[in-house]
Amino acid sequence: MRFTAEHHAFRKVVRDVVEREIVPHVDQWERDGIFPAHELFPKLGEVGLLGLEYDPKWGGQGADHLFTVVACEEIARSGCGGVPMAIGVQTSMATPSLHEFGSDMLKERYLAPAIAGTMVTSIAVTEAGAGSDVRSLRTKAVRDGDEWVINGSKLYITNGTQADWICLLARTSEEGGYRGMSQILVPTDTPGFSVSRKLDKLGQRSSDTAELVFQDMRVPVDHTIGEIGRGFQQQMSQFVIERMFAAYGAVGSCRRALERTRDYLKQREAFGQPLMANQHIAYSMAELSAEIDLLQSHNYACAEAHMNGEDTTRYATVAKLTSGRLTRKVADLCMQYHGGIGYMEETWTSRYFRDSRLGSIGGGADEVMLQVLAKLDGFTA
Amino acid sequence: MNIVVLVKQVPDTWAERKLDATDKTLDRASVDVVMNEIDEYAVEEALRIQADQGGEVTIVSMAPDRGVETIRKALSMGADKAVHLSDPALHGSDAVQTSYALAKVLGTLEYDLVIAGSEATDSRMAIMTPLLAERLGQPQLSGARKVTVDGGTVRIERQTDNGYDVVEASTPAIVSVVEKINEPRYPSFKGIMAAKKKPLTTLTLADAGIEADRVGLASAPSQVVEFSNKPPRQAGQIVKDEGDGGVKVAEYLASQKLV
Repeated sequence: MRFTAEHHAFRKVVRDVVEREIVPHVDQWERDGIFPAHELFPKLGEVGLLGLEYDPKWGGQGADHLFTVVACEEIARSGCGGVPMAIGVQTSMATPSLHEFGSDMLKERYLAPAIAGTMVTSIAVTEAGAGSDVRSLRTKAVRDGDEWVINGSKLYITNGTQADWICLLARTSEEGGYRGMSQILVPTDTPGFSVSRKLDKLGQRSSDTAELVFQDMRVPVDHTIGEIGRGFQQQMSQFVIERMFAAYGAVGSCRRALERTRDYLKQREAFGQPLMANQHIAYSMAELSAEIDLLQSHNYACAEAHMNGEDTTRYATVAKLTSGRLTRKVADLCMQYHGGIGYMEETWTSRYFRDSRLGSIGGGADEVMLQVLAKLDGFTA
Repeated sequence: MNIVVLVKQVPDTWAERKLDATDKTLDRASVDVVMNEIDEYAVEEALRIQADQGGEVTIVSMAPDRGVETIRKALSMGADKAVHLSDPALHGSDAVQTSYALAKVLGTLEYDLVIAGSEATDSRMAIMTPLLAERLGQPQLSGARKVTVDGGTVRIERQTDNGYDVVEASTPAIVSVVEKINEPRYPSFKGIMAAKKKPLTTLTLADAGIEADRVGLASAPSQVVEFSNKPPRQAGQIVKDEGDGGVKVAEYLASQKLV
């Protein structure tokens, strides 16, 4: 990968921003079950973090994809999974379709403020009966003249209680299956939109997660993102970006966890010597360090392919699968080597352990990644 | 209003800082380096004054080649151009020699104000601005927590133990700032990309008219004779609270002259 002096300088800035604007507040935000996105995001927007690869016409930076890689790796060092995930929703899950397929009117009204960080966004795909199985979703938008009339509900929606608009995937025809879905941009102040509840989760506690309900919600048809009926396909390519974000970030969070555990093992003594003097411990740390390197190399290959305009579905699938599993392994070992104190809420390992679990579930579960990969590689009957 | 900001590259505050055993100078090679933190406030203040009054902000730094990173950071925050004094012969220069070298560089520039951080986290001498003021024959306004410029007059609030003094001088003047003065901006992506194209002049001793025998370790007026590592941390004193914990803590603080 060709990282330039500018990529390195940007890495330092992002690390600074994370250490000053996020890390000191994480404990409080975790306790609150929410972080103040409307306070944090404008600061990130100012630095250019919320629209790195987007068109400067809408306030984006026009940066190359490696800057995104750098940003993801650094944001993941926030000391929690919740805030990076919420940032990821803003940059890599709710806005890519809008940038790629949206009309200028929508971009001016909704993308530009999202890039500036003055508007908070959500992606609303999952429903009670449709998680990884997106084709089963039932939220319906029925056309009435120039408006969609939307009814249904969405579950596990990150940023859901504080979003200003959501990128909604809904059925806009009766075709069923993968057909007849559309992405619709829904401002959350639309009558008929409501947050039915804020959900309590195992981890990612600093990020709010909501159940959203739509009752006869009327949204102009010109708020459709891209082509009517192409929503599923557009969402699938948006998912690829999301998976890349997750995998890039995993390298940063795993690396930091290993660094923190290394520092602890050097200083913690048992049986008259530092724990790190134990060869089993040192070697298993080295083993994980090697695995993180491999994931990072794979990520960089993925990034390069993306920059060459190639379809990165396979790269992103492998990266997402690997990163979810590796993060769990790292979190488990970090807790194990901290012993009793690692099991305490006061130690970072507890939060990391909780937060690590989502990687294999959210954004397409491991099993879905395997399903995609099996299909791509012809492991089908 | 043309402003020069002096920035220094220092070892990362969180890194273990060491002296080089061979020549007893700061070991810059083995640690991460950053812009001296208070210098970020100096850059920020210059940019704010510039936003109000116009003119140019020039960064001046005396540093080894690697100092370019720090200079670029100041440029990416928004400064217009930079002068980098870099010459192997400067290695080991002490504060007095550094002030001579920087005064020479400043002599090649036109400015109304020089702004610097009040001290550097490596040497902690807080002496550069008075030395420069003396050499350049210009007024010094030190420890500023606020700076206002009104025509040819610069006025500061100087932080004191009990409050602040208002001090003013005519330009050109040399100002040192403290952390209270502002909240430095982060360089933005656009700032980083723009910094790449900003003029950066590198000067050697000869370019700046600096006499080689007046800088460098061999002729330094102050010499490090000997140094030893910091002793390992001793175990702290444990006070058991038997209802009088508060009194004991107060007594301890008093005995250490902390209250």
